[in-house]
Amino acid sequence: MAKMHTPAMEKIEKKNRKRKKPVNSTPAYEAWKRFRRNKTAIIGLVVVGILILIAIFAPLIAPYDYTMQDYTAMMQAPSKAHLFGTDAYGRDIFSRVIYGTRYSLIIALFCTIAALFSGGLLGIIAGYFGGRVDTIIMRIMDIFQAIPMIMMAMCIVSVLGNGIPQLVAAVMFASMPTMARNNRAAILRVRGSDYIESSEAIGVGQVEMILKHMIPNAAGVMIIFFVGFLAVSIMMMSSMSYIGVGLAAPTPEWGLILNDGKAYITSAPYMMFFPALMIMITCFAFNLMGDGLRDAFDPKSK
Amino acid sequence: MLKYIIKRILLLIPILLGVSAIIFILKTVTPGDPARQILGNSATEEQVQEKREELGLNDPVIVQYVRYIKNIVTKGDFGDSYRTGEPVLSEILPRLRTSGIITIGAVAIGAIIGIILGIISALKKYTWVDSLVLVISMFFQSVPEFVVALVLIMIFAVNLHLLPATGITSAKGFILPMLCIGLSSVASYTRITRSSMLEVLGEDYIRTARAKGQTENNITYHHALRNAMIPVAQSIGTSLGNSIGGGMVIETVFGVPGVGKYIVDSITQRNYPSVLGGALIIAIVLTLINLIVDISFVLIDPRLKTTIIASGAKKPKAKAA
Repeated sequence: MAKMHTPAMEKIEKKNRKRKKPVNSTPAYEAWKRFRRNKTAIIGLVVVGILILIAIFAPLIAPYDYTMQDYTAMMQAPSKAHLFGTDAYGRDIFSRVIYGTRYSLIIALFCTIAALFSGGLLGIIAGYFGGRVDTIIMRIMDIFQAIPMIMMAMCIVSVLGNGIPQLVAAVMFASMPTMARNNRAAILRVRGSDYIESSEAIGVGQVEMILKHMIPNAAGVMIIFFVGFLAVSIMMMSSMSYIGVGLAAPTPEWGLILNDGKAYITSAPYMMFFPALMIMITCFAFNLMGDGLRDAFDPKSK
Repeated sequence: MLKYIIKRILLLIPILLGVSAIIFILKTVTPGDPARQILGNSATEEQVQEKREELGLNDPVIVQYVRYIKNIVTKGDFGDSYRTGEPVLSEILPRLRTSGIITIGAVAIGAIIGIILGIISALKKYTWVDSLVLVISMFFQSVPEFVVALVLIMIFAVNLHLLPATGITSAKGFILPMLCIGLSSVASYTRITRSSMLEVLGEDYIRTARAKGQTENNITYHHALRNAMIPVAQSIGTSLGNSIGGGMVIETVFGVPGVGKYIVDSITQRNYPSVLGGALIIAIVLTLINLIVDISFVLIDPRLKTTIIASGAKKPKAKAA
């Protein structure tokens, strides 16, 4: 039967043609589509983006040098010249908080990458090889886990001394069991899939198998840990430097700025207000983003 | 059941050996001489050597380690604090009580707020109330405890003068630390309560209750809530154990004389017998609490027997490659 060409039909056809536009539908794109729908996650993403911009352009935003001590302007309340006020050494708190963004984000990033490479690698090995290797690695991780994470980190810092590389090492060791456990679980989930068995059957090598078939398929879950751990390391880092272990004095890390203001909490609460606010905003934004990522990559877990 | 309990207690041994080994290694690589630290800078070289001999620091690390373990097993002796010279165990036990009170209070606060919020968000699922509750509870989870502590100190101690900022001189001093630790755990209770409530509300017996004409309130609080509480109660049990060691930062911020602050102080003073003793005692307490919680749940709800005992048992071997 010949096709009818009524105006109504044409309208429908036109609509259909529009719809048939080929959609780019990789798993990552699907995840992004789900992520985009999540309003709170987008807020988190935007805030994180702003924080990254602040970190990059810190020298342009900050009006003063973060170490500059101005003895003519000590402990001033917030004003036009010093937006967030000055501390006991006359340093501009606004500049310190702005540079703090840079330090906090970079250190957190290093901590997370280090943790992912050490603990993550152990977890991947344990998950992939299974059997005795798995048992040995995971029993060692059990031992590490019996020591609370922050206590482990503090013990290591007390051995290595205060400083950025030492702190990164401490956070890396302390987070190893959690990272290993999570990555092992991610690999185990992929391990049972049919395509892994098929690749094994056609003789794909072990390294290629892990790098090319398992990690990309477990990547979604790993990205979730990655973003979540950024928040955890910022929390750990600032908590540690607040109680005086972790970073050394002039570093403008938020926890340390809070530590500087601790003595003046009654007389000059503004000293602590802004760094505390930054920590809250940052951790909250990373967690909102991480939560959205979890729903996006792993819709079943909700 | 008895076999399972014995197995769990036996599992404690390798963990404790491992924990003590890790801290022993940290102790030996730390720069500085403990004997010199105890005696101070005025002591002569001879006195320091004598002290080293007395503390057994001249022996190989392995010998020191074995002696340490032997003393714990045979005499219950966790060593003496470098700073005060008192036995570590007798220093820690009263502090354990303080930490225990704070932990119980914190878990209670967190659980009560969390359960209430969880019920609200389950009953109003997928509305703005639900989202608001989840965002609020997530906020407290994502903000570091010490920042919450600072905010609470600013409000209640600095501005309102209602509660002391630091120290525990009266019962009032416990309130802020409990609140801080409690608030950070609200999110997990909210989530568990919410998902458990949603699951239970979909069960057949809820439909039956509705069909026979029960009021909505009765269904929510008598039929659904009681059954939904099982996973919540379980997580309360586990967090009791976990937060005993987790209060280090908060105890330091508020100057609470608990185990956490004791360990932080010992770490900064490089007082390793105290760090070691503290870590071991926390690990023991944590494992015992978890064991008691697991066993009591099996007694309360026999259905859980399979899941709890199976999860503690050897995991099934991974699929052969």
